[in-house]
Amino acid sequence: MEKRITFSKWSVGILFAVPQLLLIFTFFYWPAGQAVFWSLTLQQPWGGGNIWVGLDNFKSIIANADYWNSITISITFAAISTGISMVGGLILAALTDRQLRGSKIYRVVLIWPYGIAAPAAAMAFRFILAPEAGLIAVVNQWWPGIWDPGLDGNAAMACIIAAFSWKYIAYSFIFFLAAFQAIPRSLIEAAAMDGSSVLRRFWDVQFPLITPTIFFLLVINITESFQDSFGIVDIMTSGGPHNSTNLMVYKIYSDGFKGLDFSGAAAQSIILMLLIVVLTIFQFRFIEKRVHYR
Amino acid sequence: MIERTPILNFFTHLILFLGFLVAVGPIAIVAIAASHNIADVNKVPMSLIPGSDFWVNMKTAWTTANLGPKLLNSLIFATGVAAGKVIISAITAFSLVYFRYPGRHFIFWLIFITLMLPLEVRIVPTYAVAANVLSPYQGILDITGISWLIQKVTGIEVALNLGLLNSSIGLILPLVATATGTFLYRQFFLTIPEELTEAARMDGAGALRFFIDILLPLSRTNMAALGTIMFLWAWNQYLWPLLVTTDPAHVTAVHELKSLIPNVGGLPEWHIAMAGTLIVMLPPLAVVVLMQRWFVRGLISTEK
Repeated sequence: MEKRITFSKWSVGILFAVPQLLLIFTFFYWPAGQAVFWSLTLQQPWGGGNIWVGLDNFKSIIANADYWNSITISITFAAISTGISMVGGLILAALTDRQLRGSKIYRVVLIWPYGIAAPAAAMAFRFILAPEAGLIAVVNQWWPGIWDPGLDGNAAMACIIAAFSWKYIAYSFIFFLAAFQAIPRSLIEAAAMDGSSVLRRFWDVQFPLITPTIFFLLVINITESFQDSFGIVDIMTSGGPHNSTNLMVYKIYSDGFKGLDFSGAAAQSIILMLLIVVLTIFQFRFIEKRVHYR
Repeated sequence: MIERTPILNFFTHLILFLGFLVAVGPIAIVAIAASHNIADVNKVPMSLIPGSDFWVNMKTAWTTANLGPKLLNSLIFATGVAAGKVIISAITAFSLVYFRYPGRHFIFWLIFITLMLPLEVRIVPTYAVAANVLSPYQGILDITGISWLIQKVTGIEVALNLGLLNSSIGLILPLVATATGTFLYRQFFLTIPEELTEAARMDGAGALRFFIDILLPLSRTNMAALGTIMFLWAWNQYLWPLLVTTDPAHVTAVHELKSLIPNVGGLPEWHIAMAGTLIVMLPPLAVVVLMQRWFVRGLISTEK
């Protein structure tokens, strides 16, 4: 869609685009290009020149077991937390969409967790799931030592998944509810007149119509699980125990800023960028074909 | 819809109530833990009946973490990002929709691509740019050989340097630099009737006049929505403030949470930690509650 009527002084038009272009050049394109350059060189921390090493940084990353561990757990984290957030959000949205007493209150309250910062959610869950205090500590009274996220990698993973999913169920809920509400009531009423049950109506009428939202949320939830998880990991586990929660974005940060390995961190960033881009394209190409657009 | 489904209604209420508990439970537990004293907060299981030390703990958390200035920093930061996004998005969308100039489609794609790669994955080089915001321009001068030429001709070494670390500008600008919002405005401007532009032009209004007197007042709703969502997004940022603000005077409230994690050894001070968490949680939560309509609309129309 284009405007027929436009303003003729196009120099003025370009002037309006200049601030954004300057910003994205300085803080987006230059750093992105720099990341590519750094990943191909050996950078001295805090200046002091660089040596061209080609793909050596990538080779040493790929040869490193810690890195593969980081990829595996990032994918595990993404799969489980995206699954929980989307299924949870979908069920709650489908149920609040029904006209029932009190559903307005639910619509309001179920959104709240999205407003809370991931690190603050992490802090709350760190207490709730602490082995020595809080609510879950009771299980340690029954079976001493069974729950300790400080020592057990799986328990630590469960902690970060809980904090992340809590926030993103609310996010998925917002979009699913909007999608359900956009479905014309008459469509569902017609199906009801034909005598189809509530469950049938959900699968045959509502579900196909919300597939674009499912597709959109899948992309967003996975991408966010690679980024927004940083604060959660930093507050809850700092990547431990034994790297069991050292997700990709956290590893980039700790290798780059704590280990001062800028070249390695840059190479990891490139791989993460490619992963996100490939995921997005993959999802567009393969999932979009099954999506029914209105 | 008139239909009797008592069993289904019962399960709907049951599941929704569970959902309600999951959504509000953790916030309530934080508030209850913040009201206990150190012995009660460490009792297993913790009593869910609020204690009496709520205000004492809130005060202790407020002073030990020095939350007053930190909340002010967060406020400046989040307002700055929201205002920056709203303004930049509006003028860029205006340029893209209401003018036809060569390279317009190229510019459109340049902006569109920025939505794909978040700050987190280009964090290391972005930090280097914040340390010297002129380094990209120095880089261009070096690559093109202009700085070499200048040194040859005038003897002056070109060394552009302007650090933005530990400054509000350094915190804000890189987060404003993606195009979220530009497309929201673009979609909205495209729905504005052509007759309006035609009438404005017949009345002799120029581009700037049309933008300020007609387009901006019409997009107030979009501004409120985008502003709310960007405020929340910025308030809740963690990684970027963690890197840019090393000086305690510039640290944001969310970042300060980490200092409240109880130390090992002795009874952990969870009551203070939870009081601090509650204080940091409340401002964005209040924004969500008060601006719910705009917040939801902002989320859904920016699609992020």
